[in-house]
Amino acid sequence: MTVTCLEALKVGVRARIEGIDWDLLDSSCAGRLRDFGFDEGVTVESLHQGPFGGDPMAVRVGRMVVAIRRSHARAIRVIPAA
Amino acid sequence: MIQTVSVAVVGNPNAGKSALFNALTGARQKVGNYPGVTVERHVGRTELPSGRPVELIDLPGTYSLAAASPDEAVTRDVLLGRQAGERLPEAIVIVIDASNLDNHLRFALQLIALGRPTVVALNMIDLAKRDGLELDASRLSEELGVPVVETVAVRKRGLKDLLEALESQLDHQRAVPGEALPPPDPLDLHRRAREVAATAIVSETPVRRVTHQIDSVLLHPVAGPLLLAAIMFIMFQAVFAWSAVPADALEAAVVAAGNWVGGVMPDGALRSLIVDGIFAGVGAVIVFLPQILILFLFILVLESSGYMVRAAFIMDRLMSNAGLSGRSFIPLLSSFACAVPGIMATRTIDNEKDRLTTILVAPLMTCSARLPVYALIIAAFIPARDAVPGVGLQGLVLFILYVSGILSALVAALVIRRTKVRGSGGLFMMELPKYQMPRLKDVAIGLFQRAMIFLKRAGTIILGTTIILWALASYPQAGPAEKQSEVSIAGKIGSAIEVVVKPIGFNHDIALALLPTMAAREVAVSAIATVYALDSEEEGQLQTLEQRLAGQWSLATALAFLAWFVFAPQCISTIAITRRETNSWRWPGFMVGYLFALAYLAAGITYWTAVAFGLG
Repeated sequence: MTVTCLEALKVGVRARIEGIDWDLLDSSCAGRLRDFGFDEGVTVESLHQGPFGGDPMAVRVGRMVVAIRRSHARAIRVIPAA
Repeated sequence: MIQTVSVAVVGNPNAGKSALFNALTGARQKVGNYPGVTVERHVGRTELPSGRPVELIDLPGTYSLAAASPDEAVTRDVLLGRQAGERLPEAIVIVIDASNLDNHLRFALQLIALGRPTVVALNMIDLAKRDGLELDASRLSEELGVPVVETVAVRKRGLKDLLEALESQLDHQRAVPGEALPPPDPLDLHRRAREVAATAIVSETPVRRVTHQIDSVLLHPVAGPLLLAAIMFIMFQAVFAWSAVPADALEAAVVAAGNWVGGVMPDGALRSLIVDGIFAGVGAVIVFLPQILILFLFILVLESSGYMVRAAFIMDRLMSNAGLSGRSFIPLLSSFACAVPGIMATRTIDNEKDRLTTILVAPLMTCSARLPVYALIIAAFIPARDAVPGVGLQGLVLFILYVSGILSALVAALVIRRTKVRGSGGLFMMELPKYQMPRLKDVAIGLFQRAMIFLKRAGTIILGTTIILWALASYPQAGPAEKQSEVSIAGKIGSAIEVVVKPIGFNHDIALALLPTMAAREVAVSAIATVYALDSEEEGQLQTLEQRLAGQWSLATALAFLAWFVFAPQCISTIAITRRETNSWRWPGFMVGYLFALAYLAAGITYWTAVAFGLG
């Protein structure tokens, strides 16, 4: 069971959110993440990556697909499913 | 007398809220504005089963009552009865996407806690089934304590049940308005939402999601950007190719009508006003209606299918190089239609600096008002043949003009971000909604509204400036050896402007047209048309404007004129909306200044280069 961050999650791999480093995010950004349902224990899956430098990335969170920049995905710690 | 019930329609973005609103109210809609803020107020009328009239208010989509943007603040304030110009709604219809329960229920729980009579529309239930979700509406209703009705807004399914449930709720006030409720902890709320969702979901069969399959092509790192470029290219080719037949028919009709009126009216000032002023001026603009509608058709279809957000996803990285985010892409793309709604659409950008920069560069996107000018000059000067087989030269030139606008907007944004609006880059986080087939009726409503706005402009601003210009251009009357466009008052003003614009290749007629064109860009076409109509030898005989232009301007001048229009901020509405959205004269002033400077430079460089190549 290795903790990594959402940014490093490979496309097509599911993971569970272990925790979010809210300190790394400014308040508007943290608010949006909560709005989209990013929370401990929620399942995420990396779906697509942007054409230029893999940024942003499209992530399924719960039942929703959200576009998020790599710099923000870095603050989300996840445990990839075995 | 029966009282009208006011009901708010609320929900997350992408819950299908507006589709439900359209389905319930049909064409009985009004679009206004909330006082003091630039948020559109959409209201429509319908009836309860008992015949009681209902006023439905379509509130801006939002994720929670903790408002981040002006749009979201309006939603919150209306629901709490705090919004000026709106009474507290008697009931709430919460629209949630059946296949996105966990997320949408969170906001629904907040709304139910307000204690108002409430009905939940479990919308897009068909798409949830497509995704392998089996839901139990009655269990959800038990958990939430309010009626839950399954709906498919786009197929008008469940609407009757929804209105029945709404009527039954109106009679029980569940509690006092919930203004006094403590704000629940967002994370608690979320956990509760997930619990409720888990109860309501009977079974979930993993299926291959259609949206994911489409996205694996449209968001493919290589295919995605190529497809985006191809879609935009087809869009601009279509603007010319598909419009040719209806535009020619309209033009022929205007010329015929003008000649007929000219023939039956006695010679005199009134005939000159109608034939040379109104028919030549306004008619010259009306013929561009088909092209504008085709452009809007593309934009509406791309938006309602869900592709527009994907375009923002693809573009985000490039836009971030210019100090913007993918979020600016949609306002900028809307600015292809018109900078005014584009600038208004920047309200969804949460970062203030991103927003300001987007507003300042939005006028560089080629709006539909420029299309008549481009189309006229291209048709008059660029031969209608293929550049390479299958690619029309005219469409190619138009494409280049659009691309120049886009590239200069990116460069301008970068420069503005480094100089006038410094600060950290913004946020890019957006939902990628499911793909949906655009509905013919919704697209038709959108197109109809655009057509009316365009015709209204032609009937007011363009007609008004055309008449004023006709008067200024008609008097004093020219003697036998003089040219009307030089003797008249307008001609004198034109001569003064000509001194400034002569170095960049503009002739007297263009100089004369530049001033009235400040009202709106399309006026350039009607202004030139009016001037040539007055100068024309055979009074009352309208010839097409293209034929006249081709005979009187050099190619270098025509190209310089096109380059000018890529940049020149000739639109009072844009300046006014910038003043309103930035709440100062500083930014519109800055915008007008830098854009005119760019326009002069671009037209000059184009002209001098063209002359150097012997096209003068």
